[in-house]
Amino acid sequence: MFRCHVLLCGGTGCTSAGSREIKKCLEKELKERGLDKEIAVVKTGCFGMCSVGPIMMVYPDQVLYCTVQPEDVPEIVEEHLLKGRPVKRLIYDENMAGGGIRTLEDTEFYRKQMRVALRNCGIINPENIEEYIARDGYEALGRVLTEMTPDEVIQVILDSGLRGRGGAGFPTGLKWKFASGRRGEVQKYVCCNADEGDPGAFMDRSVLEGDPHVVLEAMAIAGYAIGASQGYIYVRAEYPIAVQRLQIAIGQAREYGLLGKDIFSSGFDFDIELRLGAGAFVCGEETALMTSIEGNRGEPRPRPPFPAVKGLFESPTILNNVETYANIPQIILNGPEWFASIGTEKSKGTKVFALGGKIRNTGLVEIPMGTTLRTVVEEIGGGIPGGKKFKAAQTGGPSGGCIPAEHFDIPIDYDNLISIGSMMGSGGMIIMDEDTCMVDIAKFFLEFTVDESCGKCTPCRIGTKRMLEILEKITEGEGTEEDLAELEELAYYIKDNALCGLGQTAPNPVLSTLRYFRDEYVAHVRDKKCPAHVCRNLLEYKISADKCRGCTLCMRGCPVQAIQGKAKEPHVIDPQKCIKCGACLATCRFGAIYME
Amino acid sequence: MGNVTIKLNGKEYEVPEGITILEAAKAAHIEIPTLCYLKEVNEIGACRMCVVEVKGAKTLVASCVYPVSDGMEIQTNSRRVINSRRKTLQLLLSNHRKDCLACVRSGSCELMRLCRELQVEESGRYDGEQTPSEIDGSAIHMVRDNSKCILCRRCVAVCEKIQGIGVIGANNRGFATSIGSPFGKGLAETSCVSCGQCIAVCPTGALTEKDSTGAVFEALEDPEKYVVVQTAPAVRAALGEEFGYAPGTPVEGKMVSALRALGFDKVFDTDFGADLTILEEANELLERVRNNGVLPMITSCSPGWVKYCEYYYPDMLGNLSSCKSPQQMLGAVIKTYFARKKGIDPANIVSVSVMPCTAKKFEITRDGESGSGYPDVDISITTRELARMIRRSGILFGELEDGAFDHPLGESTGAGVIFGATGGVMEAALRTAAEQLEGKKLEKLEFCQVRGMEGTKEAEYTLGGRKVKVAVVSGLGNARRILDKVRDGEADYQFIEIMGCPGGCINGGGQPQWPPREKEERHVLERRAQALYGLDEEKPIRKSHENPSIQRLYKEYLGHPGSHTAHRILHTTYGPREIHRIGDGQEA
Amino acid sequence: MSNKSMGLEERKEVPFQGTEQQREELLGFIHGHAGQKGCLMPVMQKAQEIYGYLPQEVQKLIADEMGIPMEKIYGVATFYSQFHLAPKGKYQVSVCLGTACYVKGAGNIYNKFSELLGIGEGECTSDGMFSLDACRCVGACGLAPVAMVNGDVYGRLTVDDVRGILDKYMKDGED
Repeated sequence: MFRCHVLLCGGTGCTSAGSREIKKCLEKELKERGLDKEIAVVKTGCFGMCSVGPIMMVYPDQVLYCTVQPEDVPEIVEEHLLKGRPVKRLIYDENMAGGGIRTLEDTEFYRKQMRVALRNCGIINPENIEEYIARDGYEALGRVLTEMTPDEVIQVILDSGLRGRGGAGFPTGLKWKFASGRRGEVQKYVCCNADEGDPGAFMDRSVLEGDPHVVLEAMAIAGYAIGASQGYIYVRAEYPIAVQRLQIAIGQAREYGLLGKDIFSSGFDFDIELRLGAGAFVCGEETALMTSIEGNRGEPRPRPPFPAVKGLFESPTILNNVETYANIPQIILNGPEWFASIGTEKSKGTKVFALGGKIRNTGLVEIPMGTTLRTVVEEIGGGIPGGKKFKAAQTGGPSGGCIPAEHFDIPIDYDNLISIGSMMGSGGMIIMDEDTCMVDIAKFFLEFTVDESCGKCTPCRIGTKRMLEILEKITEGEGTEEDLAELEELAYYIKDNALCGLGQTAPNPVLSTLRYFRDEYVAHVRDKKCPAHVCRNLLEYKISADKCRGCTLCMRGCPVQAIQGKAKEPHVIDPQKCIKCGACLATCRFGAIYME
Repeated sequence: MGNVTIKLNGKEYEVPEGITILEAAKAAHIEIPTLCYLKEVNEIGACRMCVVEVKGAKTLVASCVYPVSDGMEIQTNSRRVINSRRKTLQLLLSNHRKDCLACVRSGSCELMRLCRELQVEESGRYDGEQTPSEIDGSAIHMVRDNSKCILCRRCVAVCEKIQGIGVIGANNRGFATSIGSPFGKGLAETSCVSCGQCIAVCPTGALTEKDSTGAVFEALEDPEKYVVVQTAPAVRAALGEEFGYAPGTPVEGKMVSALRALGFDKVFDTDFGADLTILEEANELLERVRNNGVLPMITSCSPGWVKYCEYYYPDMLGNLSSCKSPQQMLGAVIKTYFARKKGIDPANIVSVSVMPCTAKKFEITRDGESGSGYPDVDISITTRELARMIRRSGILFGELEDGAFDHPLGESTGAGVIFGATGGVMEAALRTAAEQLEGKKLEKLEFCQVRGMEGTKEAEYTLGGRKVKVAVVSGLGNARRILDKVRDGEADYQFIEIMGCPGGCINGGGQPQWPPREKEERHVLERRAQALYGLDEEKPIRKSHENPSIQRLYKEYLGHPGSHTAHRILHTTYGPREIHRIGDGQEA
Repeated sequence: MSNKSMGLEERKEVPFQGTEQQREELLGFIHGHAGQKGCLMPVMQKAQEIYGYLPQEVQKLIADEMGIPMEKIYGVATFYSQFHLAPKGKYQVSVCLGTACYVKGAGNIYNKFSELLGIGEGECTSDGMFSLDACRCVGACGLAPVAMVNGDVYGRLTVDDVRGILDKYMKDGED
């Protein structure tokens, strides 16, 4: 027995921040002091607090250290692990609020959260199947295979109200039901969409890294429910840690007889193969994903036929994303009523969001459906840094839209988000403050879409490109009000005509910003101003005569000699010459330079 | 499946369950425009021209791939639909080099037609960046100009699925997507067989045959040159379409007059070459049977097929008949027998052929195709190019009197003319072989089992007490299936006719173009075939070996089929070609 | 022949230097997966792992061995951004331009790399040392803006950090 466990986050965020090095130092330090028999070091999945990584959690004290550096390790070992005195300067600041140390669960960050999909992330060692089993892992599969009929399984999922966490929120149970016909007569497939590609979203990655077995277990349950014996996980190649842990997990599950032939002696066979994506966002679309697994260019195909009828290799197929699967075993174990009791009327359970952008606590949060944006931003997220004002939250990535401050109190669920012109998407949530130009943001997302368009259908291939060209014109100060009308017209046309879900939702970032921030667009085209001072061509750098001391620093730093003025007299910027590089702004020591 | 009731533009219809909205609308006499759709070949719903409104659907749906269901309410012409189609066209135009005035497809361009119908002006409304492209003129037979490509991918589907070749495909993605070959190679460096089926289905001027009309005009204007032309059987069955005649109207007489009006010194008939081919080929077959040669023997008239065999079935080149194609045989005879008879130096003869085929442009450049020491044929143009020459020269085609081919190389039989349809070579060969083996006149000349537009046909005949099993294949995808069977010993044919293009030469890559759906609805291929069989019936002589001019040719020059002279000028050799060649930019 | 300005890789005339051992490894993989449904992408991924990129010679090998047209392989290779037709630098710099990084100024970081290296997207320095790519979200948004050099991640970057990062690898290169 160990008297103490030190959990070190091995997620991508913390690994990038150097957690591997910390682990090495810690193990070395413990060994040198002969503590390695009493204190265990465990590499876990993501805690969700990526912004303050590397994260270290000491149990049983529940002390959370953040931004730990290798040189901190001896101090932690000496002071905390040996002498029982936590190193206050390294403790996550919110834990220290009000003086005394609070446990993680008591922090604002965690208190409003509810961990279902992420329940094991940050707690178990994802590379050890025993730890998953110790947390009731594979119990749901066992129960399903030995006590339930396939139809009963589907009924439970239907009753739970679980909806797909990857995009449009289609009821998962219904999807399974559609694919459940002719069990045992035809080859069928269960696929997992782990091609998380929305910029700013990493929920699925965290589950795969922190709790890979939950996905395997859920896929096996799905296989049993629809009568499939083969599963595929399509995972982004950009997630090497997730891929590696999945490989380990599949190997261990096979070893334990939880994948393969005759699972739990039930006669049910199920195995899973990993397929790596190769860098195409569109492969997150279900038909494109299947086309890609088949070894083709990942181009979507028209539906119908739906995958439940004719999917992978022309066989009935179900496809769910990682987070959806992560809910399944808990639903089986706790019952559909339990799950349905969480959330809103039409959106049950919890949703994981990757919180990012202009917010204090960036990271992963799991909240019950129906939590308000205000709670997420102000309480969980800790508010906007730098005393700036909240402007909008972007959800749903390139398919979603911006939620303005006026909807700050709207309960977040599938239908509400749709009704205000955004969507749940896979769960990226980017917070923007007043320094964000909404036209620029729309352009950013459209650039992404144009880059990632598969090129198959006309509206998306050419239409999004033309929209982007109009946006470029606008941000460069050459737009007209007719351009705004054209932009909108094209947006609605693409929504109505594109072949796949990605094309149809590609105009959303433009439409939602047009809807809530039209005045910003108008300012760009009519007044030739960018209110957020982002669009370079629309800015003018000026020197405040009051503040300028005539030190000549800016003049000497200007790469194009656009600044004129005598020493000790206020300087002036020639707007004709100025290339708006911002060098003067950076050099001025008196805050005399400003943008307009 | 039963029937379902749908509401189409407010009216109720009962239609079979499972058909597409497009098909249902057609049955209700409502036309929905399409671009990328190619029935059973390219059903990808990509261009979005055929969108319609379905009640309850979140977005418009592509009618070409969307099945009807009971109670479905569809609007095919609502404002929302029409505006969408117009926008799609505007967007396509914004990335299309609008070289419409001089484009060879001006008039037959499907994009232009839709713009006209939907009143889409060339306003330049969405003009912006264009997908970069270069013109690929590397191949002998065609030019690929992606600046006019609208990415319907019909060419890709035909190349891959019908012909089973796949040398072109979609590369890159998004706005940069373009159709092409690996590593931006020119078509010449790929294992393209020059069949031109991609051109046949291209809706715009992105894919065209390499125009040789300039060279022909130049030759015609050169007083030093003796310019001879020959026309393939399938040309007369389709040329009329270029001048407003209904599909299947034979225009042999007007065609001959037009050629004469263009200034050709002699107008000969490739049908003569076809008759000659039959004699040589029948002889070769009998010799192979007699001497335990390689069987089945496979026809070699179709240069696309021959090239395909060299690329993909080099181990079966021994099965190919060593006979040159009718075009080359006639070409060789013109520069030897005819030249000698006329006392013309073959060096001064410019031999032109009018073919339904683009691969013929390649065939004339093959090694071993110069029986006289000079190329058997100098210039090969397609049916379309001939139509262009006629128009450019101001010849009023419809007003022309019927002319007749020149003698002696214009005399042909019914057997020669049916070469243009799939099964024709086989039937012509059977007519001759049957009489020779039976030793008596045939009572019934028609071998109907080998006729028809099916891609693969089989028949078994007893000729002179010997059972002969034959197969007739058109389209290279079908050829592959048959060849695999032969290779695996699963088929025991003695003789196989293979034509590169589906339906045979009447559907060659050089024939007049139709929007695919119209081509099907108007039974263009069937009608062209009927025209040839009609000509056959009208002919007084319908068996190749009875052609008096052929008989004279053997008597005066060749000796007998398979003679040394015949071998020297009428037969050729083949060699394997490497696919996926890492080449030097030259035609393989 | 086209798309040179589309941010796509152009054909670089770098002589192919595959070894017999690499060929054997790829052939072994192909034969091990023969008949497996949809195995083209895994084969191409393996090939890229072995050779570092997918030049004509490698695509031809795959086409010949698997009996599929090379155009199909090329079409797949040019669809997915992770397949490369040209060799990459010894050190592959990729700057994340995901939303979080973008909002935090990753564009400037990218431009600085581009300026210092004198190359653009997808290009490789003439000495073969560095290649530069803009990449999609690497999921390290908490560290935004982020750049990676081979496997190493650099987070919370400022424009001033860029030179130091490059210097470190240039030094490594000299050793």
